Amino acid sequence: MDEQRKQSKSAGTEGDRRFNRRRLIGGAAAAGAALPVLHEVIPHAGLHHAVEGAKASGGSGQGASTNGHHMPGGTHTGFDSSARDVNHAANGFDPSEIVRDLDWGKTRRLASGRVLREWEIVATDKEIEVAPGVHYPAWVYNGRVPGPTLRCREGERLRIRFGNGSSHPHTIHFHGIHPAAMDGMPGVGEGIGGGQIPTGGSFTYEFDAAPFGMHHYHCHASPLSAHIAKGLYGAFIVDPRRGRKDADELVMVMNGFDTNFDNANEVYAVNTVGFHYQRHPIRVKRGELVRIYLLNILEFDQINSFHVHANFFHYYPTGTSLEPSEYTDTIVQGQGQRGILELRFPYEGMYMFHAHKTEFAELGWLGFFEVV
Amino acid sequence: MEARGAAERSPLAGLPAWVLGLVPLALIAAAVAAFALFGGPGLGERTGPPVEEVAVERTVLHPGEIELTIRNDGPDSVTIAQVAVNDAYVNFSGAQQAIGRLGSETLTIAYPWIEGEAYRISMLTSTGATIDHEIPVAVETPEADAGFFGLMALLGVYVGVIPVALGMLWLPFVRRIDRRWIRLLMALTVGLLAFLAIDATLEGIDTAAEGAQAFGGASLVFIGALASYLALSGVDSYMRSRGEGDRAQGAAGTHLALLVAIGIGLHNLGEGLAIGSAYAVGALALGAFLVIGFAIHNTTEGLAIVAPLSERPPGVGRLAGLGLIAGAPAILGAFIGAAAFNSSLAALLLGVGAGAIVQVIQQLLPAVRDEQGRTLYPLSVAGMLAGLAILFATGLLVSV
Repeated sequence: MDEQRKQSKSAGTEGDRRFNRRRLIGGAAAAGAALPVLHEVIPHAGLHHAVEGAKASGGSGQGASTNGHHMPGGTHTGFDSSARDVNHAANGFDPSEIVRDLDWGKTRRLASGRVLREWEIVATDKEIEVAPGVHYPAWVYNGRVPGPTLRCREGERLRIRFGNGSSHPHTIHFHGIHPAAMDGMPGVGEGIGGGQIPTGGSFTYEFDAAPFGMHHYHCHASPLSAHIAKGLYGAFIVDPRRGRKDADELVMVMNGFDTNFDNANEVYAVNTVGFHYQRHPIRVKRGELVRIYLLNILEFDQINSFHVHANFFHYYPTGTSLEPSEYTDTIVQGQGQRGILELRFPYEGMYMFHAHKTEFAELGWLGFFEVV
Repeated sequence: MEARGAAERSPLAGLPAWVLGLVPLALIAAAVAAFALFGGPGLGERTGPPVEEVAVERTVLHPGEIELTIRNDGPDSVTIAQVAVNDAYVNFSGAQQAIGRLGSETLTIAYPWIEGEAYRISMLTSTGATIDHEIPVAVETPEADAGFFGLMALLGVYVGVIPVALGMLWLPFVRRIDRRWIRLLMALTVGLLAFLAIDATLEGIDTAAEGAQAFGGASLVFIGALASYLALSGVDSYMRSRGEGDRAQGAAGTHLALLVAIGIGLHNLGEGLAIGSAYAVGALALGAFLVIGFAIHNTTEGLAIVAPLSERPPGVGRLAGLGLIAGAPAILGAFIGAAAFNSSLAALLLGVGAGAIVQVIQQLLPAVRDEQGRTLYPLSVAGMLAGLAILFATGLLVSV
């Protein structure tokens, strides 16, 4: 114990930088992140004990029980970090890539001088792993959940070619301003080949990018809750004409999976895989502007929320105003609500973010920023 | 005559009988093997997702840890992918591989449970199905050490051995009373035993519903009952055939008392099982009331043993032996119930107890007959009803 104390003491006094990810591997991350700040302020022999206990247990979750900390991550729930991870290769997507994957599509200039931006989206049926070892028969846009994040600029002409390779009829319903026939609604637009697109069918949605903001798209075929819960949704970002300040931009789609089909979610997450960013923290730079495009598409539950530790952010509801509405550390979103968060991390270290609906957090919607 | 002639002419006539017996068996084995080898030709793929059924057979709680022994009692193999306790995913070890049909695994869950609170454990399988298990009241499971076994032994002695021994003290009284009253006592015993048989059967069915159903569930109770009935009948007829030369009334009485003691002993095994398992999950207050209740309840069992012994009382050693046969299984039951409770096994044992009692009742009935050879006459019926009433009333004193 004495030696352990010395080790931690030196690490703490030599500054925050020593508390990088490698040092904390094996699961003391959560307690460790708070440690540098608390270290000189609070009587902390017990805390050291807890941290060392968690380390000694190697993330197995055992051996630390006398401290009251059982999870890797010291004090928080999560999947065993020593256990196997989700097979991202088999899934065909990785939440660590999705979080920064902004799909600008292909552009060309129309005769009028306007920019035409085009994407292709295909819906298919696909089994995905939503938590280590837990498989879910999803419906996917372009092989991933959430679907591709479509990024464009206000005023551009958008063209989205949709092909339905799924065994069920689907649509793409965009949130935005567009004519009825482009709304991706069964029963509306069938006259020009739109509306509900049957298996093997296709349709091209075309409309102007408006208004600027953080929007989304999803399937609107019936029954709606099933078509959303199965994974047919994605973020749709329209930049203002003059663009936004340079920032490290992240896309977070808050979702969940009803794996046993009882109309309640078993696994909660951002970008599909439960606890993914706990196991693979999102690395950001100290002092750099971080912009989070946040969408709640969670089915079955009334609300969802986002909370970041040890920091505050400016919140732009729906991203349609350039003035933030609030400076806070927790926001709540109903289904389909979304917004833009901007923040800078003044200190290095591990900072948790999670749903402050703690039930969701402990069922997977929980992760870390690793500030370097 | 003509049929027989045909058989003699058949080409199989030269073969010994055992070969003829084996031929169909060999053909069945070959057919099954071929069917398995070709993967059930013509049946095609099964439709629908796998059927995943898992029963929790045993729950053990230690500080900061919950241990579940689970058994796959469905047709398909099951992989436990994640475990959540009260809607929070937790770390667990064990059951990392798929569990085959009837396979059993132990999951060790790291969780800081709080005494007295309720927990719902959800096991998420690889297909996303959930298997829920409730812990209504979290209480630390006693360690199976010497002190624990000592306590269980003491409990077994209190509720099994001592009351039965006390009940047997009615022997001098039984010896002095008139034959008519002996018959009444025997009828009373029949009533007592009938109550115990009903009680054990219902308890067994209840218990069977809790665990894995693949082993037969409630049918185990009846299979156990039938097996013990047949076994005791066999033992009985064996003892009768050996004692043919000595058909004195007294010998028959001793023989009957032994059968009654065995039946009651098997019943007390089930009773100990219930006590031990209730104690292990913290559902049993080890108060004086429980012991007194059981003592009164079981004292009547002692009377049942000595009632057939009115003619020729056996020696003290023999009496003690009968008392131990009837009472000591409560100790064994308490051990099993507290340390290795398994609802399928418990249901089977309770059924064995019930079947044994039915057999004993059958043995006792001749001793109830009056001079006219009637079994059901006013006095005997009154005795049987009194027996039922006594155990019903004393049964209210205990609840496990």
